[in-house]
Amino acid sequence: MRSESDAAAAVVRVRGVATRAGGRILLRNAGFDLRSGEVLGVVGASGSGKSVLLRTIVGLTPAAAGTVAIFGEELGQPGRGDLRRFGKKWGVLFQDGALFSSLTVAENIMVPLREQLDLSPALMHEIAALKIALVGLPPDTAAKMPAALSGGMRKRAGLARALALDPKLLFLDEPTAGLDPIAATDFDSLVRDLKESLGLTVFMVTHDLDSLTAVCDRIAVIVDQHLVIGTLAELLRNPDPWIQQYFSGPRGRAARIAEAATG
Amino acid sequence: MAQSIEQTRDGDALVLRPRGRWVIADAQALDARLAEVRPGAVRRVRIDLAGIEAMDTTGAWLLFRLKRSLEARGAAVSVDHVGAELAPLFAQIEKHPVEPIKRTHRGFGLIVLLAHIGFRTVEFLRLTRALLGFFGEVAITFVRTGAKPRRLRFTPMVAQMQRAGVSAVGIVGLLSFLVGIVMTYIGAQQLKPYGAAIFTVNLLAVGFLRELGGLLAAIIIAGRSGSAFTAEIGAMIVNEEVDAMRTLGLDPIEVLVVPRILGLILTLPFLTFWADFTGLAGGAVICRISLDIPLTTFLAQLHSAVSLWSVFLGIIKAPFFAACIALIGCNEGLLVTRSAESVGRRTTQSVVQAIFLVIVLDALFSIFFNAIGI
Repeated sequence: MRSESDAAAAVVRVRGVATRAGGRILLRNAGFDLRSGEVLGVVGASGSGKSVLLRTIVGLTPAAAGTVAIFGEELGQPGRGDLRRFGKKWGVLFQDGALFSSLTVAENIMVPLREQLDLSPALMHEIAALKIALVGLPPDTAAKMPAALSGGMRKRAGLARALALDPKLLFLDEPTAGLDPIAATDFDSLVRDLKESLGLTVFMVTHDLDSLTAVCDRIAVIVDQHLVIGTLAELLRNPDPWIQQYFSGPRGRAARIAEAATG
Repeated sequence: MAQSIEQTRDGDALVLRPRGRWVIADAQALDARLAEVRPGAVRRVRIDLAGIEAMDTTGAWLLFRLKRSLEARGAAVSVDHVGAELAPLFAQIEKHPVEPIKRTHRGFGLIVLLAHIGFRTVEFLRLTRALLGFFGEVAITFVRTGAKPRRLRFTPMVAQMQRAGVSAVGIVGLLSFLVGIVMTYIGAQQLKPYGAAIFTVNLLAVGFLRELGGLLAAIIIAGRSGSAFTAEIGAMIVNEEVDAMRTLGLDPIEVLVVPRILGLILTLPFLTFWADFTGLAGGAVICRISLDIPLTTFLAQLHSAVSLWSVFLGIIKAPFFAACIALIGCNEGLLVTRSAESVGRRTTQSVVQAIFLVIVLDALFSIFFNAIGI
């Protein structure tokens, strides 16, 4: 429940972070706090380093400068024990699901359960079935191998694995890309409901303007190697031409009209 | 205790008061608590959630499961004090019906064994057919490329020759040098008591030039390049690169397979010659050191023991070995399905099959040479 987590506490604290890929600086001096129970959407042009920022925050890619703290703990060069501890607290969904290709979907979801907790096989199967249902996959997916799934199903199976341990913090890399609009809407409502009930904090790289308006509390835009953060309303007032074009283009307008219509 | 479930009676109704933290970390204990709930034959059950401190999807699911099993017994179940925060969580769980996962049973020993044997037999036959089909396909592509030599991809072929051949010179040379040493020691040990130590050179020369040099080179290349062919092409399949090639109108056999096969056919004879040379060199060193046979005597004996024809007989086999290794390596690569596991399995298969077929081919050559009297 939300009452147990201090609303003011920063779940993710990023200070002065610079990222680099292939010798090219992608982002300079990025700093923000991701507050508990907040959903932050990250947008930017292709190749602007959204995914690299996500990888830097979870410690997969070392930052060129700056520090990242998660749940108040600094994540420098994470050692084995650190990874194990953090693995319990967060869930990460990669762009193509990143399922283990030699395991079935159910076994994939049971990997974190088996590694991090001490549960009976029957209970693990039950929890796996629950997660498969929650992300909207048909029950017969459980026994399938990842190679037999479509891209959208792989993504949802990846989300089920990310949610396996009911983490407080979720990192999502383009969660709705490749989903049909109905599945994408279901996904948005799942994230919103889990956020309401579990006080979930979400860091989401996305291009889906519907997701941005429907679930994100704040939006971070990467423009010219800098991070601009604000609510949708604040960003709409931002004079930067790229931001204006992004949110005021035909797609952006349609999403805002839909938002206005639903209130 | 972090969590509990209190059972009280309220008239004819059973009241359940779950307390504490209902989260996944305590799921095993919760499951045990829930098993203790004995509703008996009550008609009404009230679940009061006021004492819940924290709940996640797993906790909610366990409660929901309890509710469903009570309802299945015909009791009317109501849930009180859900709270604004937990309501969406329960709504999500109610919206998505959970179906238990069917766990597969492996069956009994003998049946499993029989099924396994049958499966492997069919697999073997299918693989043989696939390899034959692949051989035909490659042969046709070769003929087509031969008719239009411009379609031969020269640069990739040279790159393959560099990777499969030139880079293997060190390891092939070192290993056959060592095998030459071993053979000389063993031969000398057997022949010395008869005062025939000089014939160690004959043994070494015939053994290396006719058989060992070619086999050593082929087996090293099967392990080194055959596996690389499978892994490279397999990774390209996983990455959908081969499909992309097909849609661009490129023939994967022409682009990927032909340069590899040609490259290996052209390099393996040289590696065989190199293995022959280093093996004899190893023998010569040991002859000099421990048998007191100087290099000039060694060379003279070598000259009388074998002719150029023996060298040729050893090397003529190399292109066949090379074709065999490259064909199997590429075929297994193209059989990869889109999973990491299958890349590993196919690579293993490729090396095992290539070494097996090289030795079978070598035996067939021996029979053939014997039959025609060489």
